[in-house]
Amino acid sequence: MAVLVDGGTKVIVQGITGHQGQFHARSMREFGTRVVGGVTPGKGGSAVDGIPVFDTVLDAVSSTGANATCIFVPARFAKDAVFEAVSAGLKLIVVITEHIPFLDAMQFTTYAKLNGATVIGPNCPGVSSPGYGKIGIMPSKIFARGDVGVISRSGTLTYEIVNALTESGFGETTCVGIGGDPIIGSNFVEILSLLEADAETKRIVMVGEIGGTAEEEAATFISRHVSKPVYAYIAGRSAPPGKRMGHAGAIINRGKGTAESKIESLEKAGVKVAVLPTDVPGLMKKGR
Amino acid sequence: MKLFEYRAKQLMAEYGIPVPRGAVASRPEEIASIDYPVAVKAQVLAGGRGKAGGIKFADNVAEARSRAAEIIGMTIKGEKTKSVLLEERLDVARELYLSLTIDRGSRSIVLMASGDGGVEIESVPEERILIVSVPLFGYSPFLTKLLKSRMGTDAAVTQQLEDLALKLYKLFISEDCELAEINPLVITRDGRLIAADAKITINDDALFRHAEFSRDADDLTPLEQRAKAEDIAFVQLEGNIGVIANGAGLTMATLDILTINGGRAGVFLDLGGTDDPEKVTAAFNLMKDAKPAVIFLNIFGGITKCDTVALGVKAAVQESSIKIPIVARIRGVNDDLARDILKDIGIEATSDLISAAKKAVAAGGN
Repeated sequence: MAVLVDGGTKVIVQGITGHQGQFHARSMREFGTRVVGGVTPGKGGSAVDGIPVFDTVLDAVSSTGANATCIFVPARFAKDAVFEAVSAGLKLIVVITEHIPFLDAMQFTTYAKLNGATVIGPNCPGVSSPGYGKIGIMPSKIFARGDVGVISRSGTLTYEIVNALTESGFGETTCVGIGGDPIIGSNFVEILSLLEADAETKRIVMVGEIGGTAEEEAATFISRHVSKPVYAYIAGRSAPPGKRMGHAGAIINRGKGTAESKIESLEKAGVKVAVLPTDVPGLMKKGR
Repeated sequence: MKLFEYRAKQLMAEYGIPVPRGAVASRPEEIASIDYPVAVKAQVLAGGRGKAGGIKFADNVAEARSRAAEIIGMTIKGEKTKSVLLEERLDVARELYLSLTIDRGSRSIVLMASGDGGVEIESVPEERILIVSVPLFGYSPFLTKLLKSRMGTDAAVTQQLEDLALKLYKLFISEDCELAEINPLVITRDGRLIAADAKITINDDALFRHAEFSRDADDLTPLEQRAKAEDIAFVQLEGNIGVIANGAGLTMATLDILTINGGRAGVFLDLGGTDDPEKVTAAFNLMKDAKPAVIFLNIFGGITKCDTVALGVKAAVQESSIKIPIVARIRGVNDDLARDILKDIGIEATSDLISAAKKAVAAGGN
């Protein structure tokens, strides 16, 4: 089995009639995902590529039996979109939208947690389980089914590493992009525990970056609870303190969140840390 | 977005937080007679302005004007001083520290407080700082008890402290702050609590709800401001290699690879997830104006298709003959198309990241 997205996943797309929503709904379906509906207020009753569109999430869920959603709505409406999805009973909510205010993200991640729903993101590329499907925007071509679980704070850097893995003959169970913002619904620790419990996943790749202490917390969790081999790459070794490096979360503040501190804690927890992103498959081959 | 001290204090005053009486001036002639003595404080966003000579004192109008003339135009940590804040001098009995900020781990707003104010909070031992999450439902009285015990305040000051903390919390939520810091928070000899300095950072992503800040200055360089207007993530660093990549993680990894190979990135430019050739052209023009020794283009196509980037680069190069050497590494969606387009304008793109990075370092001459 894979984690988060598997054979039982039925997805709706909130914001399906927008440029991104439409394009990626199609791409998700081509990857094997059961995309059962879309939501755009005022466009209920229409269809996008044969996918029925509903006015509300509640309508979409009761008509299709969906259990997951992929959110593409603009930042200023994203909080409301997550609230609506939680309220309709969805348990997996993937938020692709970037530039969401911190306070909004704090509210919807907490509300989802209170209701037993998992939020991935915001500002993330989503979740891909080759052989089952994907929710989000990751390019389909880079994946192959295999036994590596991948967790990452980044988007394109993940593609780079997954592509290198696949080209070296590895494949993936599930690849989770948790997002580059300071406030995200699921952190490394939550996803690590899912991958540790997944029988098909034999090894784990973690892609971190400067800012925050999520990698250090992951290291503590790994040393206590993860039995599978873990490989990591941390971006931002050369980033100067105080400069925000593109992701809102990628900033070295008050001396905290440096690449050195993350690499040191991970290595102490027995994680093999690659110097270059393209070194990850090589490290893994050595460990095999 | 960081606010200048005077702007942060105006905002605090709007929420009923006591601040020193003061007036802001951008020219010495603007200074009228107010109560003296005063402090004349440079309005810059950089820290450490006191040590840099950005805070002086004056006993009358003439002195205030000449101190202001010395400070206005002064460059503090690369930032030119455009105005000064004149402020009453407080009769200080004690200095405290109080702030609210966002905490990633607990996904909450965190209250930080210390009885040791007036120094950088980083230099205060951790056991002397109170760090506590504010419940998502709002400020609650137990926080006041914690403040009182940490700061050792008497009943009269504690009451003012609760009132002030409540107002600061309201400001933080209503104005979408990332940081609201009062250091020092002064207790005067006559027992009043006053915010003697104020630092406020507004969450950039929430600015759509706060049009009133749109005209405020920021700590960005002119090129960074241009990038912001065009919605491109752009950071100026010290080196001479200009990096254009797509996605923040990949861009950071690119900088790291250059550093490992003996090079130094001078400008960091993240195209993000655009698929618009015009945005790529705008990005390339920005890069050109940053005048790096070499431009290193590193693209892993996904949402941003490689041929889109190539078309944008082609337009930029044809529009304004760029003389700067360009090293390109292209991989992912439509990379074949992209390589052909770049070949037309004389750029030989490779697919191997490491060898491309080495080539860029060599072209940068270090």
